[in-house]
Amino acid sequence: MAMRILNCTINGKPVEVGYDPRESLLDTLRDRLHLTGTKRGCEVGECGACTVLIDGVATDSCLYLTDWAQGKDILTIEGVQKADGSLDPVQQAFIDEFAVQCGFCIPGIIMSALEMERTGKTYTRDEIRKQLSGHLCRCTGYQNIVNAVEKAVDVMDGVVGEAAEKSA
Amino acid sequence: MYDIESLYEATSVEDACRALAEDPQAIVIAGGTDVLVKVRGGKLAGAHLVSIHNLHDELDGVTLADDGTVEIGPITWFHHVTTSPVIQATVPTLGEACDTPGGPQLRVSGTIGGNVCNAATSADSASTLFAYGALLDVVSTRGKRTIPIEEWYAGPGRSYRERDEVLVKIRIPRDHYEGFTGHYFKYGKRRALEIATMGCCCLVKLAADKSTIDDIRLAFGVAAPTPMRATGAEDAVRGLSVAEAVEKIGELAQAETHPRDSWRASKDFRLQLIGEMSRRSLIEAARKGGADI
Repeated sequence: MAMRILNCTINGKPVEVGYDPRESLLDTLRDRLHLTGTKRGCEVGECGACTVLIDGVATDSCLYLTDWAQGKDILTIEGVQKADGSLDPVQQAFIDEFAVQCGFCIPGIIMSALEMERTGKTYTRDEIRKQLSGHLCRCTGYQNIVNAVEKAVDVMDGVVGEAAEKSA
Repeated sequence: MYDIESLYEATSVEDACRALAEDPQAIVIAGGTDVLVKVRGGKLAGAHLVSIHNLHDELDGVTLADDGTVEIGPITWFHHVTTSPVIQATVPTLGEACDTPGGPQLRVSGTIGGNVCNAATSADSASTLFAYGALLDVVSTRGKRTIPIEEWYAGPGRSYRERDEVLVKIRIPRDHYEGFTGHYFKYGKRRALEIATMGCCCLVKLAADKSTIDDIRLAFGVAAPTPMRATGAEDAVRGLSVAEAVEKIGELAQAETHPRDSWRASKDFRLQLIGEMSRRSLIEAARKGGADI
């Protein structure tokens, strides 16, 4: 099919890239932009490995046509680490809690965790489990992942709380 | 890369209707969570797609009309149905049902209109929309018509919506929901990323004594080739006390439904689910209405 041009923001930078309208956002991210941190798993919306944030919302990029990404603000796992190399509290929590084994599902899970972290809300353990229920992990049994997200959300709450206190 | 022959982004409903009329092979795509999976599986390989994905102004969101009718735009995400204050205040059971398909990421792509148009008997919103007696407005270049959900389904995965018709509104009139409390019960082998083995929605309206059933609606997904109401069971328990109805409703529902054997579950198991889920959904719905049971 005739190529079209996508203009959007990816990981904070404006991007202009040609794409075939048959592509999913996952195809474009991996094959044209070489952002291979986003994983290709089931391709039918059942495993969550391809999760990215689209305008801040955790979405399966396998079932999202690139055509729909015009003008969107997209965040992939490559954009999570800060420019100075420091890790996001979610990433640090995954390390601290030994939440990673083979790692294939982790980029997707971190995106869902970020979505939670950035709301600044508190989550019960059950709410965290529900928010992560769109991901499959075949190694860990999920316990350490839930521990990590719980910790990251708590850390972030602390940061938000401090900022609020300072400004008050 | 999907096996798509053409992809047209419609700029309005009128534009989508025109594009669907011009290309006799064209079909509608909205959220993509059913259509793209079917394209990938080969069932819709070589699809000609007319996308209504971006028609937010015309087709997205939930509003309450002056006469109390709940009006749901078909490309409203499942998640936005669940979180809509209008839905929570008027038809909360539909919000609960829309919180069950797939996982969180799917519920911000999948749309309630797509769930209806895909016409699967296992669709999580279907039994609840059946119980609420939803009215479905469709338009094409030939004009506009309203199809009550009872007349929507033609068979498994098939509806009486023509190929070139676009679902533009899902309406639930006030007298279909006012005074009712309800419960949607999804049974699957796991609690997320699962297609319903059985879905059951029960709505009840209790009399002032909070123990007599004034009105009841009992609807199922996966109990037959299409979603259905068990109207015989409803008629038989109307006017009874909640306790009596709970005793009887399971068997009555079993007598009226026609589940099948599939790789997901046997017919016998599904019949057992129908009996048990009817009973539990009725209890839950009546409790929400203030019954002491």
